[in-house]
Amino acid sequence: MWIERTLAVRFLREGRIQSVLILVGIAVGVAVIVFLSALITGLQHNIIDRTLGTQAHIRVESPDEVNRVLSPAAGVVQLILESRRAQRLRSINNWQQVRDALDVLPEVTAVSPIISGPAFVRRGAAVESVALVGIDVDRYTRIIPLRDDIIAGQLRVGAGDAVIGNQLAHDLGVTLGDKLRLDAGEGRESVVNITGIFELGVRELDARYVYLDMKQAQSLLNLPGAATVIDVTVKDIFGADQVASRIARLTGLKAESWMQSNKQLMNALDSQRISTQMISFFVALSVALGIASVLFVSVIQRTREIGILRAMGITRRQMLWVFLLQGGVFGLAGSVLGGLVGIGLVWAFNNLGPKLFYIPVTPTLLLATSLLATITGVIAAAVPARRAARMDPVQAIRNV
Amino acid sequence: MSEPAGEVLRLQGLCKSYNVGLATEVEVLHGLDMSLARSDFTALVGASGSGKSTLLNLIGLLDTLTAGELFLLGEPTRNMDDARRTALRGSAIGFVFQFHHLIPAFSALENVLMPLMIATGKPTAADTDLARSLLAEVGMEAFADRKTDQLSGGQQQRVAIARALIAHPALLLADEPTGNLDSRSSEDVFALFRRFNEKFGCAVLLVTHDERISSACDRMVTLDDGRIVADTHKGD
Repeated sequence: MWIERTLAVRFLREGRIQSVLILVGIAVGVAVIVFLSALITGLQHNIIDRTLGTQAHIRVESPDEVNRVLSPAAGVVQLILESRRAQRLRSINNWQQVRDALDVLPEVTAVSPIISGPAFVRRGAAVESVALVGIDVDRYTRIIPLRDDIIAGQLRVGAGDAVIGNQLAHDLGVTLGDKLRLDAGEGRESVVNITGIFELGVRELDARYVYLDMKQAQSLLNLPGAATVIDVTVKDIFGADQVASRIARLTGLKAESWMQSNKQLMNALDSQRISTQMISFFVALSVALGIASVLFVSVIQRTREIGILRAMGITRRQMLWVFLLQGGVFGLAGSVLGGLVGIGLVWAFNNLGPKLFYIPVTPTLLLATSLLATITGVIAAAVPARRAARMDPVQAIRNV
Repeated sequence: MSEPAGEVLRLQGLCKSYNVGLATEVEVLHGLDMSLARSDFTALVGASGSGKSTLLNLIGLLDTLTAGELFLLGEPTRNMDDARRTALRGSAIGFVFQFHHLIPAFSALENVLMPLMIATGKPTAADTDLARSLLAEVGMEAFADRKTDQLSGGQQQRVAIARALIAHPALLLADEPTGNLDSRSSEDVFALFRRFNEKFGCAVLLVTHDERISSACDRMVTLDDGRIVADTHKGD
């Protein structure tokens, strides 16, 4: 391979201006791909982080209650006019066992049973409807980093303590240490201390959620010992769908992944990803065509040299490699250059730009881009290289 | 290899046609018989279009024959595959062309080393010494590290001769090696061929239009319209 490499490098160096121009072209293409990929990755992570900052990856609930219809006797046609049953608040059967079973699933990183139901809060004449959420603090904070969102007081639920959102506090004019009256209907009432105020950044949640101890929520909602939802997080967020269906099969419960409950968002992310890939593909294609045309010109220019090299005993295969290597060198050198420019662009965006979100550049992205560019270069060189390899030495030498 | 003592090349009824199988098929060489010995110093002469260059390309294994057989160092070559032909060409034949055909991306020394680099890769110190001594033989020692476009036509041709000899070929083929040079350089180059024929014992076959050159050769093969019409030795 030594002579092929040497010839390739010398040919590249000799055609200096051509080589430099195409290298700049490849570098620009690679820089665009690197920057665009990093930008979209950063943007998507940002959006997903925000979305999943307030919800679990998978929500496990009891299946809907349905009417049971007796099957008719043989030979009888049965027409049914059915109205769906109202779904009452009820506990997941044997939720402790379900929790323990989910705890040991390898894809799962955290499991948090909660009990949640509707109530009113009163203060003086003001009434607000809220969602009571009874949590096990340790488990819950592994799913939603609520501690980071506390803006006053602390995350402490327990006998008679509650943590509410800043919007609700604002609407009711309450602050830390004040008392609230919770009314879950049918005479079940309780007075709680406000020990913490959180801000999740989603107005609806900040105005509705009231975090309580599980026990207190259970007694308010009249479901002693119950859990209505089990929240789950998984290692690979984009694998949540599969894990959800696995959990559904395993437990017979209803398991909904964040992708199912955020279909619009997924759609937007997918379209973004596809358009990025399209742009990258076409940039790569034009880079490949650039490499191919430069090497084509080079093969024609070197017709005589190829002839004399063949006369001196270089084989067709060796000649093929001389030009394939040139394509590979173009791809590799161009991608290293382009990678640096891409990193520069990302740095500028992160440090000088609008700072809306952070763009990460991973070594994997750079490595993958270089590899892809090198392979693209070799593939682009294939046609001119074949032409060089097939050249008839007699013709080549005669065509001075 | 079962070659008769000292025989490098033998042609048996060698024919070459172009456009084989087409209506325009034309035979340019008609059943040539000839052999070259190791000590031969031969001129191949003939009018333009008589088939000299075609014959030279066939002998150099750059082209394939249509009928007959061509033995190089006793090996029949007509049905050889391309890889084997290329290898044999690299090891047994040295080429010198009218337009010298050096590779401009390399220095004079590297051009001389090229056949060895193709055959075995990175040159050893011994290879480089050999190349330098060959450059010294052709009087180009001082120009070893020059790029070839900094050399005159005569100097380039000397480098090309050194290159043709480095792999110790059994046969040196030269197509109008002096055609592009002034008479002074022509004589120098011819003298070099002479010297290497004697020193390395490689057969030399020169295609030339120059009568002074051809008459100075030991043997003269005359081609006319694709046939050998005369084959004279100097002593005859």
